[in-house]
Amino acid sequence: MLKITDLVKRYGKGNPVLKNLDLTIEGESVVSIIGSSGAGKSTLLRCINRLVEPTSGSIELNGTELTSLHGRDLRTARRKIGMVFQGFNLVDRLTVMENVQSGRLGYISTWSAVMRRYPKEDIRRAYELMERVGIAHYANKRADELSGGERQRVGVVRALMQNPEILLADEPTASLDPKTSEQIMGLLRDLAGELKLPVLINIHNVTEAKIYTDRIVGMRYGRIIFDDVPDKLDQEAMDQIYSGSPHADRSEDMKEAS
Amino acid sequence: MSTIAEKFGREDWSRFTPKQRMQRYAAFAFCALALGWALGSIDVIWAWVWDAPEQMGDLLGRMYPPDPSNLGDILLVLLETVNIATFATALGVMMSLPVAYLAAQNTTPNRATLWFGRLILVTSRSVNTIIWALLFVAIFGPGVVAGILAIMFRSIGFIGKLLGEAIEEIDKRPVEALEATGASRFKVIVYAIIPQVMPTFWAVAILRWDINLRESTVLGLVGAGGIGIILQGAIDTFNWPEAATVLLAILALVVLGEVVSAFLRRRIL
Repeated sequence: MLKITDLVKRYGKGNPVLKNLDLTIEGESVVSIIGSSGAGKSTLLRCINRLVEPTSGSIELNGTELTSLHGRDLRTARRKIGMVFQGFNLVDRLTVMENVQSGRLGYISTWSAVMRRYPKEDIRRAYELMERVGIAHYANKRADELSGGERQRVGVVRALMQNPEILLADEPTASLDPKTSEQIMGLLRDLAGELKLPVLINIHNVTEAKIYTDRIVGMRYGRIIFDDVPDKLDQEAMDQIYSGSPHADRSEDMKEAS
Repeated sequence: MSTIAEKFGREDWSRFTPKQRMQRYAAFAFCALALGWALGSIDVIWAWVWDAPEQMGDLLGRMYPPDPSNLGDILLVLLETVNIATFATALGVMMSLPVAYLAAQNTTPNRATLWFGRLILVTSRSVNTIIWALLFVAIFGPGVVAGILAIMFRSIGFIGKLLGEAIEEIDKRPVEALEATGASRFKVIVYAIIPQVMPTFWAVAILRWDINLRESTVLGLVGAGGIGIILQGAIDTFNWPEAATVLLAILALVVLGEVVSAFLRRRIL
């Protein structure tokens, strides 16, 4: 269970990007977060695995408080949080297998990592997952030889290799064509079911969010203003989520404050 | 309804305002003046400049034909020169790795290490190989060791600087992705940073080897080993035919080095 309480993130001295945000994700549900650019979706996701440092508040994953961790404890916690990126974030000059195995870097010894001597069970799991998403025959190819959809599959397998307790996906389909995008979304949904894994997806494509996810969270400038099943997302809710501008929102804050 | 031409048409445009143009002319004039002053202030003995073609002819006459009687020795020392360059490059490459790590803003542990790394780079780069050689000849005495150290010390700065810049220019997204998996700093470096700087690393190492090959041929002039010693000896004893052989041998070596490095670059990159 992921439990976010009163989360605030402020870059520098500016207005907070996340404003006292609460969010709980239970079970193996696939949750999508929608909202216009600058709403704080990416920041929210990155606060969970601490790629971005939260200003205040609490994030608890299966009983572990994540916001206070440092060094080795933080790395141990990060092993349990998989992440899939918009730009795939693969190491282009390494092979697909090396990229996939880099999901295990938190588990294996430095020597094994440097020498590329991966444990047998890791290799077996890598092949299983790669077969599952259809990229096993690319194991020895360099990552930059693959197409966008294939590269994102590598990204997904890398994250799953971590044996995560939750999967974060930061606009995983924004760099893909519509057909590939649907395939990846379908894959994320199916894998979530097969691996009993909660998945949190930032997404701009509302239609896909409705089709492939169980629950939609609508963000507007640092606040959650919608949180319900896809069927409840009507035109009115959509307008609320996507209308306005950061500037207008800020002046609203000013009015509230005064 | 007015046409677009009526509404927006304008035909005056110039790249610079009159003031900018004057500033540019002033800058040109200043550069010309500086050049003229530089030329005027150095003490050239013009008689010797006009004399040069005649001297050149004379020197070539004394050098021709090159004397190959000592060729065996020359080739042997030439091989030693290559070894100095190769060994020193290898050492320099190894020692420049940690320096590059310290001198790159995105890998260095803290501000102090960043400045320490940069200090090493600047020190190494601001001193010419020959000056390093003079220094090491004074410390270790004449010979190959001084030459190797001299070339190595100069190479550290060169390779370290270029490699450090390559590290700073990497794509940060894979680094972020691997940090998110819970990998330690060292593993992130091995998996996300090293693969990205590998091409630059090889290119720089080959280039430096090429440069070192040429630099090692003059080390002997200050007693730091290599072919330069024989050249110096030949010139000192006015043995011009042998000096010609040495010069030809050096030329052949440099050309060969160029060919080999071009080949390696093609194969590896």
